[in-house]
Amino acid sequence: MSGVLLALPRVQVRFRPGLALSIALVAFFVIAAIAPSLLTTQDPLKINLGDALQPPSAAHIFGTDQSGRDLYARVVYGARESLFIGLAATALSMSIAFVLGVSAALGNKLTDGAINRFIELLFAFPVLLLSLLFVTVFGAGLTTLIIAVGVGTAPGYARMIRGQVLAVKGSGYVEAAGALGHSYPKVIRRHILPNAMRPLVVLVTLGVGQSIVWASGLAFLGLGVAPPSPEWGALLDAGRTYITEAWWLEVMPGLAIVSFALALTAIGRYVQQRLEGGLQR
Amino acid sequence: MKTVALKVLGAIAVLWAAATFTFFVQAALPGDRATLILNQDSGQIIKRSDAELAPVNEKFGFDDPIYAQYVNYVAGLAQGDLGTSYRLKAPVTEIISEQIWPTIFLTIAALVAAWIKALALTLLTAKRGRIPSALGSGYETFTAALPHYWLGVILLVVFAIELQLFPVEGGSSLIGLVLPALTLGIPLAGFLGQVTRDEFEKVLDQPFVTSARARGMGDFGVRWRHALRHAVLPAITLSGWAIGALFSGAVIAEIIFARQGIGNILVTAANMRDIPLVSGIVMLVALIYVVANLLVDLAYRVVDPRIEVSS
Repeated sequence: MSGVLLALPRVQVRFRPGLALSIALVAFFVIAAIAPSLLTTQDPLKINLGDALQPPSAAHIFGTDQSGRDLYARVVYGARESLFIGLAATALSMSIAFVLGVSAALGNKLTDGAINRFIELLFAFPVLLLSLLFVTVFGAGLTTLIIAVGVGTAPGYARMIRGQVLAVKGSGYVEAAGALGHSYPKVIRRHILPNAMRPLVVLVTLGVGQSIVWASGLAFLGLGVAPPSPEWGALLDAGRTYITEAWWLEVMPGLAIVSFALALTAIGRYVQQRLEGGLQR
Repeated sequence: MKTVALKVLGAIAVLWAAATFTFFVQAALPGDRATLILNQDSGQIIKRSDAELAPVNEKFGFDDPIYAQYVNYVAGLAQGDLGTSYRLKAPVTEIISEQIWPTIFLTIAALVAAWIKALALTLLTAKRGRIPSALGSGYETFTAALPHYWLGVILLVVFAIELQLFPVEGGSSLIGLVLPALTLGIPLAGFLGQVTRDEFEKVLDQPFVTSARARGMGDFGVRWRHALRHAVLPAITLSGWAIGALFSGAVIAEIIFARQGIGNILVTAANMRDIPLVSGIVMLVALIYVVANLLVDLAYRVVDPRIEVSS
């Protein structure tokens, strides 16, 4: 499958500043998640009460929190947990969506109808409310957060995967493979799945950013990962109390979340255009 | 008429399934429910004796077999009974109906704001040359990606705390509605605008547009009278879909701006693990979502009569 994914159509390479910036941003956050000490010399947990609630300055570019901890260091060290939540929730939601979408598209009319109803049912539960229900029943925590966001974002992807598989199933080369006498399971394995899965790269890219945004929203409401973890959503939650005196406690972690999600969206869009062949726009 | 009846039946089926789903999520609660209620009430986690648990089990019917609880739950829902709050010991329907109106008001205000903004931007920038188009669509992509909690905080800091144009705590005042409505409306407008723009650009290439222009219709007339009608169709569908997202956003906006509404009771209830209250609100939002989509479906037929013919 990886061979198929890498074989992108060749187009003239033009420098795109937005794309370059997006890749740089994502690279920055990935480094932050793997080796945060490369990006900051400050200790994210070191309390220094003499330096409490300092606005952004040369010494603390994101400012400091109520205990005088450097906010930039906390955002950098928080990347690991936030990225992990995003990846885990996306993995879960893609697995659910894959099973639902593929079985709906390849199944008979009854299966398709039943699964479609089920997807519609999941749509009636907004991600945040479903997450709140899960938190209420199972208690707040990392696992609940991942499951809630994973289940909540699944129906949208399931619908897209179903549409994609149906489109490939109806295409000429699949019909040709059938006419050549290949068995149906072989056609599914060799032709339908690999081709239908190509756009999944795009969905995964967009999905990770979205999951982080949702998980941080839950954390913002105080229902996420427990302190003193510097996970981005937890930073937002902790800063909420000081909003009237220290805006940077909310704005800076939020900036990290938004720029990361936007960068992933930009990259996802670019890959999508490349996959669809050429850059029309 | 027959299709309408079928749609209504389908909506009821979705609601029933939603109730079933909610019930089983609740039933999956790890540990004993009566113990949870007593521990939440007293704020300490200890083992409870049977004498303590019995009245609670009796009151909430936890001793009944699971299928009896399920039947009771669904039958209650059908009559508008959402159960009894574990914490407030009052009917959930009563608690919600006291708090729901500010939230509905906020949601509608946000939807209206989003539509005005998306349409204005589409009319002004779509197909007006490369630079306005690129600026318009770039702006839409950016705003559509803004999380409610971040945008809300920024609006609060800039317009309420620094510039002091709006109250920091909204309460239930009309002026306090502006910032929360924008918090919800701006990302939604970006989202709707992306779709109306695409459709609008496609429609402007259609033969009937050329023929209208040939008849001497002005540019504004073409855009307003002809193209817009087509461009709003997919955005209507998306609005129905967006109702759920708007409600989620409303919860966050109400928390940020300290506004009255279900946001505050919902978050408190989730923290206190008040399962009937949270699932009651979830069911209510599911109901609103289903009804809104049913209406959208019907509205679609009014705006585009071809649908009735083809289906």
